[in-house]
Amino acid sequence: MLFRKAHSPFINANTRVHSIMYQVLAALIPGTLASIYFFGWGILFNLIIATGVCLLSEAAVLKLRARPVKPTLKDGSTLITACLLALALPPLVPWWLTVIASIFAIVVAKQLYGGLGFNLFNPAMVGYVVVMVSFPREMTYWTAPLGAMDQWLSFSDVFNIIFHSAVPGQASIDSITMATPMDAIKTQVALEHDISSTRQSPVYGPLFGVIAGKGWEWINLLFLAGGLWLIKMKTIDWRIPVSFLLTLLLISNFFAVSDYATYPSALFHLLSGGTMLCAFFIATDPISASTTPRGRWIYGAGIGVLTYTIRTWGGYPDGIAFAVVFMNITVPLLDYYTRPKTYGDLEVD
Amino acid sequence: MEPTHKPGHFHGGLRLNYHKELSNQNAIVAGKAQSRYVVPVQQHIGAPGEIIVETGQCVLKGQMLTRPTKLISAPVHAPVSGRVVDIGKQAVPHPSGMPADCIVIENDFQEQWVERNPVGDRYNQMNSHELRNIVRDAGIVGLGGAVFPSAIKQTETNIHTLIINGVECEPYITCDDRLMRERAREILSGADIIAHIIKARECIIAIEDNKPEAIAAIQAAADEDGTGFFRVQSIPTIYPSGSEKQLITLLTGKEVPINGLPADIDVLCQNVGTAYAIHKAVHEDEPLISRIVTFTGKGIKQTQNLEVLIGTSIADCAAQCGGYSDDASCLIMGGPMMGYTLSSDQLPVVKACNCLLVTTSDEIHPANTEAHLPCIRCGRCVDVCPAKLLPQQIYWYASTHNFERATEYHLFDCIECGCCTYVCPSQIPLVQYYRSAKSEIWTLEAERKKSNHARERHEARERRLQQQKREREENLRKKREMLNKKKGGPAESEIDQKKTAIEAALARVKQKKESLSVAPKNVDHLSADQQRQIKEADQRRRANGKESDE
Repeated sequence: MLFRKAHSPFINANTRVHSIMYQVLAALIPGTLASIYFFGWGILFNLIIATGVCLLSEAAVLKLRARPVKPTLKDGSTLITACLLALALPPLVPWWLTVIASIFAIVVAKQLYGGLGFNLFNPAMVGYVVVMVSFPREMTYWTAPLGAMDQWLSFSDVFNIIFHSAVPGQASIDSITMATPMDAIKTQVALEHDISSTRQSPVYGPLFGVIAGKGWEWINLLFLAGGLWLIKMKTIDWRIPVSFLLTLLLISNFFAVSDYATYPSALFHLLSGGTMLCAFFIATDPISASTTPRGRWIYGAGIGVLTYTIRTWGGYPDGIAFAVVFMNITVPLLDYYTRPKTYGDLEVD
Repeated sequence: MEPTHKPGHFHGGLRLNYHKELSNQNAIVAGKAQSRYVVPVQQHIGAPGEIIVETGQCVLKGQMLTRPTKLISAPVHAPVSGRVVDIGKQAVPHPSGMPADCIVIENDFQEQWVERNPVGDRYNQMNSHELRNIVRDAGIVGLGGAVFPSAIKQTETNIHTLIINGVECEPYITCDDRLMRERAREILSGADIIAHIIKARECIIAIEDNKPEAIAAIQAAADEDGTGFFRVQSIPTIYPSGSEKQLITLLTGKEVPINGLPADIDVLCQNVGTAYAIHKAVHEDEPLISRIVTFTGKGIKQTQNLEVLIGTSIADCAAQCGGYSDDASCLIMGGPMMGYTLSSDQLPVVKACNCLLVTTSDEIHPANTEAHLPCIRCGRCVDVCPAKLLPQQIYWYASTHNFERATEYHLFDCIECGCCTYVCPSQIPLVQYYRSAKSEIWTLEAERKKSNHARERHEARERRLQQQKREREENLRKKREMLNKKKGGPAESEIDQKKTAIEAALARVKQKKESLSVAPKNVDHLSADQQRQIKEADQRRRANGKESDE
């Protein structure tokens, strides 16, 4: 008999931070595979560069801060940041852009704030916003999805574009890249071409699938599937995705119904760009999101409103990152004013 | 809006692995008589009683050893007949590990009782006050673990609902389960006495649905009673449904107000063990000198429920259970969710001791106090908190010593049930942070009170001293005046006149001296040469004087 000292409770559930993180990573797999399928080698390069740089910079800062390196790297949070960043970036961005975004995400947005658990902003989205603001041209380097193109760009072509900015043949990079469907609609609407004519135009028509962009709708559906699995496993809270998607759906439906030719349908918005990735993997990052039940409803709804606003009337192709970072700022306030009523608190509101 | 819930629900809670089968299979066994009993003076919440026996004195079984002094207090009684061999500090089971006043009794094995006069069924004709006194004098306290003096709880009358708590929601513990199975009739008898004291109109006996045998036994006793007064209510097995507030909400849909009592919403809640003890006090005039203790866990050889006398050494009980297994690591008093570890087994069984859990190291996984991951704000703790708090925010403020904010986030409404810590993926020992924050706040509060008190005392003392000084001076002056008058000497005012006269004279002298230095000298009769020499000497002196002046 040892008479060991300990504090109650002496038992606990088997959920651990790293198991949560690895479940999130696992749920990302289907959507990631779809992204690679439709957009080719570039996505893979992004993933590899981002993962490598994120892990290295995390390790370097931890070393400087004299903190244990291995356990922190093992918790999986760095990998999630790297994956989210890589999946948000266009497939043909130059390597240094991914490097800058990764370093900024980990070093500034995460470690300078104190590391895991202390970052006010979603690191991946901060990294994305920084390169989006600094290098807007490179951030349009999307290609047409497989289906609109006959085959992937070859491995060596993609390698040369990313690492040497060398475009095959004598062509300019603009002849290879292609606007995303959402961007196409926005620019065409600005030129007073309505949505249906854009969808039928010989240039942009092939980009569209059944509901939203070709490829994009599949990618979004698979992220949705991964997200639903996470909710079923109770890995993430359901309130943020539900409130975000519901808000986006209601607003986009309101405008689409009011003007069918100018505003894309609600389903288009739900299955375009980073909607589902945001709903289940970015907005649900618990550290930078609101932590109270009511606060989470407001937080999700806020991202929905901002995303729609930036997408429709803003100057950027997608509004997710800005919406998330902006709502991150409101979190301390949200948390304070949405405290739940304590047991036995009979005061009238 | 008043928060209402449909009965059958409270916020949060956990489904756990219960391990009840380890100890609920066998009937309650009587503890073996020992030669020595250590009875702590304070085994309840409130003020300790006043010791009314002396070292060397012979006592009878059931004799009162301490008398309650204050309103919230409870006496303790001799568990056996014998001799008081020591009164003093002894190690007792308490989270602080601090020794406390105990009365040590050597058993004479005569089993001689004090004179007993059981009230029996006459309690029906007695008033609440008389019955409460019986409960109080029998030293009965809440046996669910809170050990709050029961008589105080029963002060309010005309309470609509009496709830008898047979929930026993903590894993491993089965003492109430066995008690309900084996002594259902006595429990209902005790419940009837409590109902009579508080003039309750209904009585609900609540039992978790993982104890079907207990439910059946109590139901059978209720049927036998036949009055329909007792209602057996099976409730879902969700930890902590046995916590008083949560149970009340579960049954009535109402919440006990913050800083309020169950009586505020017309409810009184008492544990089945308490009801049983009250039955014994009224029908057998037996004070609370024994209780049922669950000995369980993989670390003890024979898991069972023992009915042991208060004051029996835990080590002796463990020996009766076949001793510890080789890989036993922790001795926990209470359950795995809210209990605390004991650093020795040379401690007496006390009234609060419902379970002694001996665990092996693979059986328990307490959160690591040294190295836990940071909070990732996942909110799992919010989902399970039965007090509807934000444990992650309280942790944030408690760990950064922002006690004001922690209190604002209702730190003091935390019931320390451990649900948040159980689910925390970062393995943060949250409850431990709350406990230390609470005690630090209490210490600060006490210090502030103390320093306020000290400051007030200091200021009062200063004022008093000043006052005394003034009075002394006044007295002295008066005395002097009186003395002078008696002597016929000058009164104070005359002295003053003299003083001014003297001062005026001194001033005149001074003036004269000054004018003297420039007054004409008596040198007329001297020769011119002599006068010249004097003049020169005068000038030299003046010059010197000026120099020396400078």
